[in-house]
Amino acid sequence: MSNGTVKDHIIIIGLNHRTAPVEVREKLSFAGKDIEPVTLFLEIAPVREALFLSTCNRVELLFVSREPKAATEMCKEIWGRANEISVSLFEEHLYYFRNEEAVRHLFRVAAGLDSMVLGEPQILGQLKDAYRRAAERRATGVILNRLLHKTFSVAKRIRTETGIGSHAVSVSYAAVELAKKIFGELSGKQAMLIGAGEMAELAAQHLLTQGVEKLIVANRTLSRALELAKQFRGEAISLEEIEEYLLQVDIVISSTGAPHYILSAEQIKRLMRPRKLRPIFFIDIAVPRDIDPAANEIENVFLYDIDDLKAVVEENLSFRKKEAIRAERIIEEEVLKFKNWLEQLQVYPTIVALRQKAEEIRKRELEKTLSHMKTKLSPEDREALEILTKSLVNKILHDPIIYLKNRYHKDGQQVVDFTRKLFNLDGDRPLEAKPPQVYLSEELKEAKKH
Amino acid sequence: MNLLFFKLAFIVYAIATVGFFVYLYTLKPEASKGAFYTLILGFFLHTLSIATRWWEAGHPPLTNLFEATSFLSWGLVLSYILIDRKFRQVRILGAFVMPVATVLMLYSSLCPKEILPLPPVLRSLWLPIHAAISLVSYGFFILAAASGVMYLIQERQIKRKRLGGWFKRLPSLEILDRINELSLKIGFPLLTVGIITGAVWAEKAWGSYWSWDPKETWSLIMWLIYAALLHERLAVGWRGRKAAWLSLVGFVAWVISFFIVNLYIPGAHTYVEWHG
Repeated sequence: MSNGTVKDHIIIIGLNHRTAPVEVREKLSFAGKDIEPVTLFLEIAPVREALFLSTCNRVELLFVSREPKAATEMCKEIWGRANEISVSLFEEHLYYFRNEEAVRHLFRVAAGLDSMVLGEPQILGQLKDAYRRAAERRATGVILNRLLHKTFSVAKRIRTETGIGSHAVSVSYAAVELAKKIFGELSGKQAMLIGAGEMAELAAQHLLTQGVEKLIVANRTLSRALELAKQFRGEAISLEEIEEYLLQVDIVISSTGAPHYILSAEQIKRLMRPRKLRPIFFIDIAVPRDIDPAANEIENVFLYDIDDLKAVVEENLSFRKKEAIRAERIIEEEVLKFKNWLEQLQVYPTIVALRQKAEEIRKRELEKTLSHMKTKLSPEDREALEILTKSLVNKILHDPIIYLKNRYHKDGQQVVDFTRKLFNLDGDRPLEAKPPQVYLSEELKEAKKH
Repeated sequence: MNLLFFKLAFIVYAIATVGFFVYLYTLKPEASKGAFYTLILGFFLHTLSIATRWWEAGHPPLTNLFEATSFLSWGLVLSYILIDRKFRQVRILGAFVMPVATVLMLYSSLCPKEILPLPPVLRSLWLPIHAAISLVSYGFFILAAASGVMYLIQERQIKRKRLGGWFKRLPSLEILDRINELSLKIGFPLLTVGIITGAVWAEKAWGSYWSWDPKETWSLIMWLIYAALLHERLAVGWRGRKAAWLSLVGFVAWVISFFIVNLYIPGAHTYVEWHG
């Protein structure tokens, strides 16, 4: 290019849970292929930097190119070929983001704003992994390195400044949150799982990760109890022993298929004295319910059924939606900042060229002066001259550089072109002075005639 | 000099109270930090005020309503600071305790503040011991009541399944109950010692250990309430709602004993009389 500046474009091509069914997403994820996607895309000539993100809800390719159109087409082609699927089959599911939009999209993804569960935190970890894989293969450069680091800090900022990640939005997490508000620390507490089921087991698992010391598993069939006990490293008991064990546990997760209450309020009330009134928290996820709802009225007994927990989740979700609006505002702010940086990047080669030219002139002229001198200068004097000329050059260049940086946002390429012409940065030899052209006004011409 | 420090402490406590309210509303960690350090500054000024007054008066400043209320507020802030150091994540307690401390300061600032020569009956080493211990025990009872109120709010939220702002802001039931219990376990022995030293002093001053003056009667009622609560807690394992309610009943008895009896019913503790 004649003026020495070429624009780098940031491009995202991808599909997610909203635009494509899982069958399409999984076909494009390079799953089971012995190929490193980043290396593959980097082989495409116009692609300068690349990063490949694949999660269960999205597959995205992020790259930097100076020929965005050609690069996009080639990427799609290669992407399809490597996964043995024709472009026409997935093209309709793709979305594209360019530059500012791409930056915004990446920020939103990292903050969990584009996730199926609003504000979920896993995506950030997955993005970090994707970046690490790309960086290890040297697929990222100036732009993506900066962009990804910025993305991580934006995501962190959103997490601390908004409540997007707070308040449980799954039933099992909501149960854990409640348990913490009742018992404070969960370490040293005991839990009992009655029955089985995905949600109940998930809740039990969460409780164990949060520090619950021991899990007791009760089941109609002892073999199933033993199996679960082994899985959670707990203790298996039969349904008949429940009442006895209720004296020692603090949290009960109940999820049996029983058609009637397996624990009545009277039964629970009787237990409270021998329990020395220690609080007990019942999480009843069974439908129909396992525990008499009247038990919630007993002092130090807290009972939540599945509908209660779902209502909590619903409320928390609407809270997150409100926080998401604040998060979007932060993102707009950060996108703007990144855009400014990108634009400065466009001016950067011009600034470098300007400095180089000035430095060359300075050195040349200094050399000339020194060789013409009759007396040999002492090293101190030479150094003083050196400093003097350097500071002259810096002082003179300071304003044009600031002007360039500041005006670029407004006037764009025009400023760069003008600066390059003004300082003759693209010519290889000095311009010659031409005599100024004389323009005579019409009146003067008329006057001369007469 | 002591009054200047007193006024400064009062203002700083008021600012800290506002800070705690801001924290309660926004839950910003900066607000929590700011409020707490402001509180520490206020406590420092308050301590200075008491020390300088002691120096200026030549006897422990625990002889009139102004001094007693100011000292009570000081003890309350001290007990809050101690609890904050012991338990993590209960700073929000400040939003419940500091308004009380500030109101006590306000009340105290409305009382006559001049330093008067001590009547002979009060010139005894028993006075500062009896008064200081009793007042510090009140501080812990106020703390027990504050944590009790917080417990009752939080318990109601959980039972009614309303997990909104209060649920998120207040600490866990377990911690609130432990603060209530610990305050009681410290406050009750102090109150007991306070009553005993008072009796000993009464014997020296008036020749009788116990004369059923209204203050004595109400202190005994208070003592009985807290004794019952402590017994139920330790022997039966009472906790939570009932314990919180009973600590509030004790608090009401204290309010009567401290504000109504001291002011309006004549007796040895009617501070106003000494000025007459």
